[in-house]
Amino acid sequence: MRPLAWYQLREEIEEFLYFEADLLDQRRFKEWLDLLAEDLVYFMPMRRNVKFGQHAERENTKQGEGISWFDEDKWTLGKRVEQVLTGVHYAEEPLSRVTHMVSNVRLLDVRPSAEDAQEVTVGCRFLVYQNRVEYENHTFIGRRTDELRRVGSSWQIVRREIILEQNVLLAKNLSIFF
Amino acid sequence: MTTPLPIDQMIDLRRGTISREIFVSPEFYREELDRLFTRAWLFVGHESLIPKPGDFYVSRMGEESVILCRDAQGAVHVFLNSCRHRGMKVCRYEQGNTSLFVCPYHSWSYTTDGKLQGVPLYRALYDGTLNREEWSLIEVPKLALYKGTVWASWDPAAPDFLDYLGGAIDHLDQVLDCRDGRPGGSEVIGVHKWVFPSNWKFAAENFLGDTYHNPSHRSVDMIGIGPNAQRGLRRDNEYNKGQHAWVGHPAGHGMHSVLMPPTMEYEPSYAQYPAVDEYFRHCFYERKRRLGEKARLLPFTGNIFPNASYHGRQPRGICVWHPHSPTETEGWRFFLVDADAPAEVKDVLRRFYMRYSGPAGMTEQDDMENWLYATAASKGTIARRHPFNYQMSMGAYRTDDPIRGDVSLQITEQTPRNYYRVYASYLNGAPWSELLGRPQVRTAAE
Repeated sequence: MRPLAWYQLREEIEEFLYFEADLLDQRRFKEWLDLLAEDLVYFMPMRRNVKFGQHAERENTKQGEGISWFDEDKWTLGKRVEQVLTGVHYAEEPLSRVTHMVSNVRLLDVRPSAEDAQEVTVGCRFLVYQNRVEYENHTFIGRRTDELRRVGSSWQIVRREIILEQNVLLAKNLSIFF
Repeated sequence: MTTPLPIDQMIDLRRGTISREIFVSPEFYREELDRLFTRAWLFVGHESLIPKPGDFYVSRMGEESVILCRDAQGAVHVFLNSCRHRGMKVCRYEQGNTSLFVCPYHSWSYTTDGKLQGVPLYRALYDGTLNREEWSLIEVPKLALYKGTVWASWDPAAPDFLDYLGGAIDHLDQVLDCRDGRPGGSEVIGVHKWVFPSNWKFAAENFLGDTYHNPSHRSVDMIGIGPNAQRGLRRDNEYNKGQHAWVGHPAGHGMHSVLMPPTMEYEPSYAQYPAVDEYFRHCFYERKRRLGEKARLLPFTGNIFPNASYHGRQPRGICVWHPHSPTETEGWRFFLVDADAPAEVKDVLRRFYMRYSGPAGMTEQDDMENWLYATAASKGTIARRHPFNYQMSMGAYRTDDPIRGDVSLQITEQTPRNYYRVYASYLNGAPWSELLGRPQVRTAAE
């Protein structure tokens, strides 16, 4: 039996993740940036088809090495937001319609304790639906692991790892945020 | 029965128009696969992906899966990835090391030099009938290794790769050579793969020297994402003092390169990272010392006929536009760095490559948007009645002056006109002499 504080914390973290998703879906990109820590790592590996037994070592490209879909910092994400806001970033002009579904939220690690949580590692599943112009539809499904840090009464994202369940990317662009 | 193609009516170089049919019609697409992708030299991969005996990397040629591999003796091969018995892919891993490719279907197995080795129950079921020697994996008849890159053609009569490249080699070298001018020495640090609903030729054309589409990248230039982002555009303006040149070659290759003045000096790049800036400064002067006059040529973008494009410096890589259907393409981008560059240099480069290039790249996302809707809006019956306009800078070029090829010193559509001239020759089933040569008749406008 977990202490009540653990369930309260999970509720708080879920609420934070849903709030964050809502900011993106409402296109409040600058406010979304405020939820990102200055030392943010935003990482989405590419996934490879590897032989049984090699998944742990070789399935995903690695943070800090070579090429991934995203392996970047807050400055770069800020640039992405700035680009959308120019109004002439044609891959997002007109803006896509996007819904982020977040589920299977699990607290994977709480530091130092649920009663006094300062840092949390939270896992979830995402289903992101993007509809663009008239007929373009993309569905991105996968897993996310977020490192969150308490800042005052709220949280900031310090590290986000996005595991998209695709090998060859089946969308023409990754012009949205995950 | 095949209906003769009116390809010569589709491509009117005298007038400077090209029918939209070749970008959307399944009939032309089928002809491309049968007549062009079975003959032209295609980019397959890079030796740095298969450094050791037994290493393999699964690639594509046209629509088809091929295995690039290094056999036990160290020789490089390219095989069709399909079992000789019932066609199952013998390799569905992207990359790895093996001594055998074992077909999952009936367990025929092939050694890394392509030879059929294992046939289950051979003595009981095949003895005296199946000659293993005749049932090796299907191998490309023509293979070329050039400064780490691997190219192949399905046509046994194809000319040697260097003859096929012709004068384009002067430009391709600047992509493949070390930044300090040593020959070769690049390595692949990652490969993007993605599909997008566009005809593959839009992508190839983009790299042929379509500098005219620059305004579509206004957003990244406004915000600045280059190595010198605090004061830059989407990349550093190292070509500022150079003479831009758009060059077409007789075999269909085309590029946008820059001829720097003889007095050229290093333009500070990557200034936020002093060690990286120092590396490129050193490379710049070392390259100038090694290459002399030849160092003046810097590459921007180009396309080796038909579908291997490159970005020469910022960023640096080779993109292959694999056809999936008339209106769908699979892009593969191989990112290149000097293999012996310091770790910090590689790190800064890979970060820049990722924010610039491919489906997650802030610059190229806008390209994909353009290619998609240009394809989509060209499918209609009415749209197909109206050709695309390729009349830019008609006739405004000189041959072999000041560098090899048809050289325009202003933005031009001479490179795509040249490309589609060669393209039409392939679709007409022309002999190699014509595919490599100059047009026999120059039009009055040219």
